[in-house]
Amino acid sequence: MITFGGVAKRYRNGREALSNVSLHVAPGEMVFLTGRSGAGKSTVLKLIALLERPTRGQVTVGGENTGKLKARRVPAFRRRVGVVFQDHRLLVDRPVFDNVALPLIVADSSLKEIDKRVRAALDQVGLRGSERVLPSELSVGEQQRVGIARAIVSRPPILIADEPTGNLDPQLASEVMALFRRLNEVGVTVVVATHDLHLVRESGLRQIVIENGRIAGSEPGGTLPVIEARR
Amino acid sequence: MSSVGSYMARHAHALLSSAGHLARAPIATTFTVVVMGLALALPLGLDVLVRNVRTATADFSGALSITVYLKPGVAEARATQLARSTRERPGVAAVELITATQALAQFRAQSGFGDALDALEGNPLPHALVVTPRPANSNPADMESLRRYLATWPEADAVQLDGDWVTRFNAMLALLRQALLVSAGFLAIGVIAVVGNTIRLEIQNRRAEIEVTKLVGGTNGFVRRPFLYTGALYGLLGGLTAWLVIAVTLALVSPAASRLAQSYGSHFVLGGPGARELGVLLGGGALLGWIGSWLAAARHLARIEPGSG
Repeated sequence: MITFGGVAKRYRNGREALSNVSLHVAPGEMVFLTGRSGAGKSTVLKLIALLERPTRGQVTVGGENTGKLKARRVPAFRRRVGVVFQDHRLLVDRPVFDNVALPLIVADSSLKEIDKRVRAALDQVGLRGSERVLPSELSVGEQQRVGIARAIVSRPPILIADEPTGNLDPQLASEVMALFRRLNEVGVTVVVATHDLHLVRESGLRQIVIENGRIAGSEPGGTLPVIEARR
Repeated sequence: MSSVGSYMARHAHALLSSAGHLARAPIATTFTVVVMGLALALPLGLDVLVRNVRTATADFSGALSITVYLKPGVAEARATQLARSTRERPGVAAVELITATQALAQFRAQSGFGDALDALEGNPLPHALVVTPRPANSNPADMESLRRYLATWPEADAVQLDGDWVTRFNAMLALLRQALLVSAGFLAIGVIAVVGNTIRLEIQNRRAEIEVTKLVGGTNGFVRRPFLYTGALYGLLGGLTAWLVIAVTLALVSPAASRLAQSYGSHFVLGGPGARELGVLLGGGALLGWIGSWLAAARHLARIEPGSG
């Protein structure tokens, strides 16, 4: 589903965020990206969502070589990847319903379909009844859940999340992870970048450790102490 | 919902969203609309002026004529025959034959040289034809063509084009009209630039929203749509403002114009832009706004990508 082959990414300011990264995430798998701040986790997610293109190497997502994807096909590609950000990136002047509906609106879904799916997504994140509320009227945790609802509303086969529990208390963080697990159980490929090693340990899922833009290890969650020692 | 219904709903949503953005920034919207309105009012005002002058003067078409002085010795019967044949010529509205006898009588009555004329042995004046062209054929080219034709008559002694001042007056009107078209062209560019700059600022203000929209798969066309409607609405409102400016100006100067016309014994009333002009103004304004916003959107939207911030 997701393959990196010898990928390097150098930003315009000259900083090399990734060097010769190769990894593979199987269809329907859920993995964690762990590592220090600035290690390159977010860059990996940006390359998966085609928010950036690799400087060298090849990124393949859902069979598409993203480096060679023509600009006009990028929007359709992005509709197949749900993205959750730590800072939510919600439209502050639009109610919850409009925020969650955005991926369906851009995909030209019918109004009936939009209404049905938005309510279902809000149901999944426990925010049914908050449709007309503005994001500023919600708590940080609720805003994060709106961001998750927006990412899953169009039922993308791939979901990526960048520090989705960074602003949440432990209980909310566990709930969000449980939601990702449920999505994963119905076949969604999930990649989560996180600092929260406790959550990784609890999950027992594979983690890919990134250090200084390189893969430092790829191991199941149960071997976490080894990874922690590296950090 | 059918795809057509869905398509219409999406455009209606974009239109309402654009209208909402304009309404939420009333001062900025008003300034932009007033600038556009004044820019559009200038060519419209010139057009109204030219049309009113033409209506008031009827292009002085009745004042244009060609006088053919026949050679001395041409018989009155031949002059009558020439007058008749000229009347049948296309482009000719009327031909008046002033016989030598009539001309002398007029001269005697108007000049005050009656006694001196009695001293003459005969009538020195020739027969003359005053040829008046139709209004549609009163332009300089047709007039010159008619003059040349009349000058070819063997009986013609002299052919005189009357009303050069009318020709010059109409040429000045034509010049004004050309200046109007040129200024309208430049002002249209100005309107496009005003809308383009306004939309550019709007795009910068909504950068975060554009990034999120593209992040979830919005195409450039989708992101561009509300900005195009915003530009078109600016143009529409600018056109409406221009129409109001001209209507108010006409209402203010109309009494004075009527008094001036009455002093010449005329019932002329100033005419304003009609429904057709209003339609052209609104449609043209919306089109210019659309073009301005399209240019700005095409240039600036493509540069904004979710990962570029």
